[in-house]
Amino acid sequence: MLLIKCPYCQQERAEVEFSYAGEAHIERPSDPAALSDAEWEAYLFLRSNPRGTHFERWYHIHGCGRYFNAVRDTVTDNFVRTYPAGMPRPSVHDIDDAKT
Amino acid sequence: MVHFSLPTLVGKAFGKNKGWPQQWSKPEPKKNYDAIIIGGGGHGLSAAYYLAKEHGVSNVAVLEKGWLGGGNTGRNTTIIRSNYLCDESARLYDHALGLWEGLSQEINYNLMFSQRGVLMLAHTVHDVQVLKRHVHANRLNGVDNEWLSPDQAKAFCPPLNISPKARYPVLGAALQKRGGVARHDAVAWGYARAAAALGVDIIEQCEVTGIRRGADGRVAGVETTRGSIGAKKIAISAAAHSSILLAMAGIRAPIETFPLQALVSEPIEPAFPCVVLSNTVHAYISQSDKGELVIGSGTEQYLSYSQGGPLHSVEHTVAAICEMFPIFTRLRMLRNWGGAVDMTPDRSPIIAKTPVPGLYLNGGWGSGGFKATPGAGHLLAWTVAKDEPHAINAPFTLERFRSGRLIDEAAAAAVAH
Ligand SMILES: Cc1cc2nc3c(=O)[nH]c(=O)nc-3n(C[C@H](O)[C@H](O)[C@H](O)COP(=O)(O)OP(=O)(O)OC[C@H]3O[C@@H](n4cnc5c(N)ncnc54)[C@H](O)[C@@H]3O)c2cc1C
Ligand SMILES: [Zn+2]
Repeated sequence: MLLIKCPYCQQERAEVEFSYAGEAHIERPSDPAALSDAEWEAYLFLRSNPRGTHFERWYHIHGCGRYFNAVRDTVTDNFVRTYPAGMPRPSVHDIDDAKT
Repeated sequence: MVHFSLPTLVGKAFGKNKGWPQQWSKPEPKKNYDAIIIGGGGHGLSAAYYLAKEHGVSNVAVLEKGWLGGGNTGRNTTIIRSNYLCDESARLYDHALGLWEGLSQEINYNLMFSQRGVLMLAHTVHDVQVLKRHVHANRLNGVDNEWLSPDQAKAFCPPLNISPKARYPVLGAALQKRGGVARHDAVAWGYARAAAALGVDIIEQCEVTGIRRGADGRVAGVETTRGSIGAKKIAISAAAHSSILLAMAGIRAPIETFPLQALVSEPIEPAFPCVVLSNTVHAYISQSDKGELVIGSGTEQYLSYSQGGPLHSVEHTVAAICEMFPIFTRLRMLRNWGGAVDMTPDRSPIIAKTPVPGLYLNGGWGSGGFKATPGAGHLLAWTVAKDEPHAINAPFTLERFRSGRLIDEAAAAAVAH
């Protein structure tokens, strides 16, 4: 079971309190009517699916009820860090710092 | 290749079982191949076999980064059925089931294919409606599937608890009698042996790290941990790693990789005659010929390549099994493990040409591709050899996520394995 730190509650809690909400930093198109089929495909279906560092959303469903983002390694399942929704994607540099 | 038969078995027994030859050789990679298949799971090996056997393309290598069948092939719960809802899927999975039916004889390998019947339980009014719809849709497509009352389900599967007081009472079930199970390792080994006998090179411990392309954009070969190898055509059949290999050719994929767990109990006397699936409680179960109950869970919620998962999902699955089959409540579980499954948004696979000339994909089979092993390989071989899809896999393109022509088995439910 994963242990996940909610950046709002500032507590490390068990995975069963959370629900996963897919890849992070995928922007909802501001003008949907203007999108081409290829852009729709990219927005709806194409994902990075990396072996390694992944940016993803979690929902503290049995806690504060808020969404936040996380950086996690998809091979070890270790969380590098979590951060509030709306914050920019942490840089490679920030991630390396958090790992050490 | 020694032909397996009663006389060879008896003969070798008299020779103290010495002198059985290796089932396939371990060649060094050649400089060039007509076709390279990336991934030595059941799908890749079966594609190599059909390329050589049906299309006369035998200058083929299967490149496997680990050992044959060490991916999802050797980790799955081996349920085979073809009662899918959508027309395209029914044709696809039934094509595979048809191939399973003669396969042990064809490749002279005991796959322990057993058509013991697959029973899918309905626990709610919604389940009843969905499964009856499946039964009707399947009949229109010529796929066997019948509706059973709770009593009929109990007669077919005596350990089943059909008490109306159960937390999830059984309201009925759909039964596909032609469904069943097969021995997963034997499928990989049997295809490997048959393909090798036709001249295919099977190369283990050889990880593909790059896909090379010529000035014209066509594939030219692969970089691997055992050096660079040229190829006119390359087929990706790498399950969990489909999107990673596609990325090597600059293609973004509609695929994400999730953990899926399974477990087996201690072995017991034959007690469980068929395969039972329940979508609502999300568990499925059968008994292997060794006597272990083979039990599978649902996919985990998060993306991962770890080939493992949390205990709470396994506990949830076991609770569901105890609820449906109270006679198993005191059984001990022997071991559990995980695989990594490649999920597409519509829960249907992709067997297709890619935008890169000479590059083909068979992937996105997610949690349900073992049953398709002969069919996936057969259709991938066709697509590679002819550079165009067979009518059966023509709808299973990468482009459907752009055009919107999804084959939505996810919404069709009853999708579990
Ligand atoms: C727990 C579990 C239960 C399941 N239950 C069922 C079931 O009951 N019924 C059913 O139909 N399906 C089931 N499935 C799904 C099924 O196992 C898969 O869909 C199927 O095995 C896919 O076959 P494959 O040959 O494509 O995959 P694999 O056997 O995973 O083969 C892919 C191979 O590619 C290799 N590879 C990856 N990257 C590279 C690289 N860069 N270079 C070289 N080689 C590479 C891997 O090492 C691997 O051996 C289950 C899966 C799991 C995990
Ligand atoms: Zn919280």
